[in-house]
Amino acid sequence: MAELTRDDVAHLAGLARIDLSEAELDRMVGELGVILTSVAQVQQADTDGIEPMSHPMPITNVTRPDEVRPSLTADEALSGAPESELQRFSVPRILDED
Amino acid sequence: MTNTTTDLTRATAAQLADLLAAGQVSSVEVTQAHLDRTTAVDEQVHAYLHVAGQSALAEAAEIDRRRAAGEPLHRLAGVPIAVKDVMTTVGMPTTCGSKMLEGWIPPYDATVVAQIKAAGLPILGKVNMDEFAMGSSTEHSAYGPTRNPWDLERIPGGSGGGSSAVVASFQAPLATGTDTGGSIRQPAAVTGSVGTKPTYGGVSRYGLVALASSLDQAGPCARTVLDTALLHEVMGGHDPRDSTSIDAPVPAVVEAAQRADIKGMKIGIVKELTGEGYQAGVSARFEESLQLLVDAGAEIVEVSCPNFRYALAAYYLILPSEASSNLAKFDAMRYGLRVPPTGIDHPSAEQVMAASRDAGFGDEVKRRIILGTYALSSGYYDAYYGTAQKVRRLIANDFDRAFETADVLVSPTAPTTAFRLGEQLDDPMAMYLNDVATIPANLAGVPGMSLPSGLADEDGLPTGLQILAPAMQDQSLYSVGAALEAALTDRWGGPLLDRAPDLTAKGA
Repeated sequence: MAELTRDDVAHLAGLARIDLSEAELDRMVGELGVILTSVAQVQQADTDGIEPMSHPMPITNVTRPDEVRPSLTADEALSGAPESELQRFSVPRILDED
Repeated sequence: MTNTTTDLTRATAAQLADLLAAGQVSSVEVTQAHLDRTTAVDEQVHAYLHVAGQSALAEAAEIDRRRAAGEPLHRLAGVPIAVKDVMTTVGMPTTCGSKMLEGWIPPYDATVVAQIKAAGLPILGKVNMDEFAMGSSTEHSAYGPTRNPWDLERIPGGSGGGSSAVVASFQAPLATGTDTGGSIRQPAAVTGSVGTKPTYGGVSRYGLVALASSLDQAGPCARTVLDTALLHEVMGGHDPRDSTSIDAPVPAVVEAAQRADIKGMKIGIVKELTGEGYQAGVSARFEESLQLLVDAGAEIVEVSCPNFRYALAAYYLILPSEASSNLAKFDAMRYGLRVPPTGIDHPSAEQVMAASRDAGFGDEVKRRIILGTYALSSGYYDAYYGTAQKVRRLIANDFDRAFETADVLVSPTAPTTAFRLGEQLDDPMAMYLNDVATIPANLAGVPGMSLPSGLADEDGLPTGLQILAPAMQDQSLYSVGAALEAALTDRWGGPLLDRAPDLTAKGA
């Protein structure tokens, strides 16, 4: 099994969009290492030819009538927004400046 | 011990329902009594994140008015309830124990909350939990831990420690919970209360802030098996807004709790969920309970579920994987916390997102998001998440085989009694082990209940017994639970919670 390095954790935190501090990175490398060693036990189970199970209930193709139903008003939808403008969510810039 | 005859907070929900129906008390009186109890004890217990006194009394007054007008009402109408802070509530904050959602007031009610309101139960407030339901002690709440009413220096279980403590400290006769790996059952076990995780899909997940969607299931918390059944019936049922909701009637849980008949029933002991790793007092109370079940007419058989030994490992791959995906919605754009990164002029949305998620999430949430991100990443997917999903199938197969020889299965709910606050906070793996006996049910989707089995000799703290039934046979939990509860209560000479310390006598 691959060893998890500090760089790996920094990379994963980037993917997960969490700006971890240096101290958090230091702590998490050790903690995650212990957890990963433990969860790797799944690899000891005899899983040859076993179908993966993603869900406890075998329900497929659940549909409902294609009918218009009441939904949130714009004001309700925006009620928790950190910032809004002209009945829209207002967000920081999404493109690089240069 | 206090006088239980005149204090409305000591009555069960079923007793309160009878008093209300007979016109002997009003819902306003019942609701006020519980709010007064909260004023008296919650500074010590810290079960509530938000007390909704005014709206609860208004809802109670409305029920009293409707009852006086002769309207047909639900049996539990006017009986107050506390709601776990993971369920969305119009007009009340829903924080999930996280700074990420501090002060968030949702624009819609969870289906469970809507059903509670429709049945006329006044909502007393929102109760504490580990952040986004990740934990077994409530110590991961961003708003401070809840304390165990049996010993204020100990944990009330988690994630639903607010729910267990609020009923065990007589601040509410009923509370809602959610159980992803044991968050209803383990808190019930360590506080001497009762809680059920219904069959997956038995209760709607609409409006529950998701932790792991294929494992999450809401359910009832109370002090007696019958009260738990009464609330189960209110919460359960098909909901078209949840595509995994079971389109079938709620199992006859109340009837089963009232009949309490287990004559001829085969009760299986899961070999892998007893013995080594379980505290002596927990095992002793479990063994005694088995004898009481035999005395009540059941037959005990031993079953083996060999793949349960991998359940914890599979769970801590599947859960973080689903959680890392579910919690991606907290992006600081549409709702929740937004903080700018330090030292960056004119930051981008991505930088704001990363800074907000660092500031808004606690340590345990970050650990699990990163673990899930790892388990799902290309190159590791098959070794971790894919293998965990196969193990999940093996565990479900173990249950299927066990239920060929037994009608229900039993085990201790948690390996130990309540541990001290802080004791396991720096050791994530130790904390995870608290759910070793409860996790298999979530992986397979089968229903489970915990009820008190007594007090451990070594520390005088409550122990819990877990009952597991086949999917959609939730009523069997209540047959066994009610039969055991009757036998134990008879032996104890009253409910176990009568022996909990009187919190008002301690003084602040």
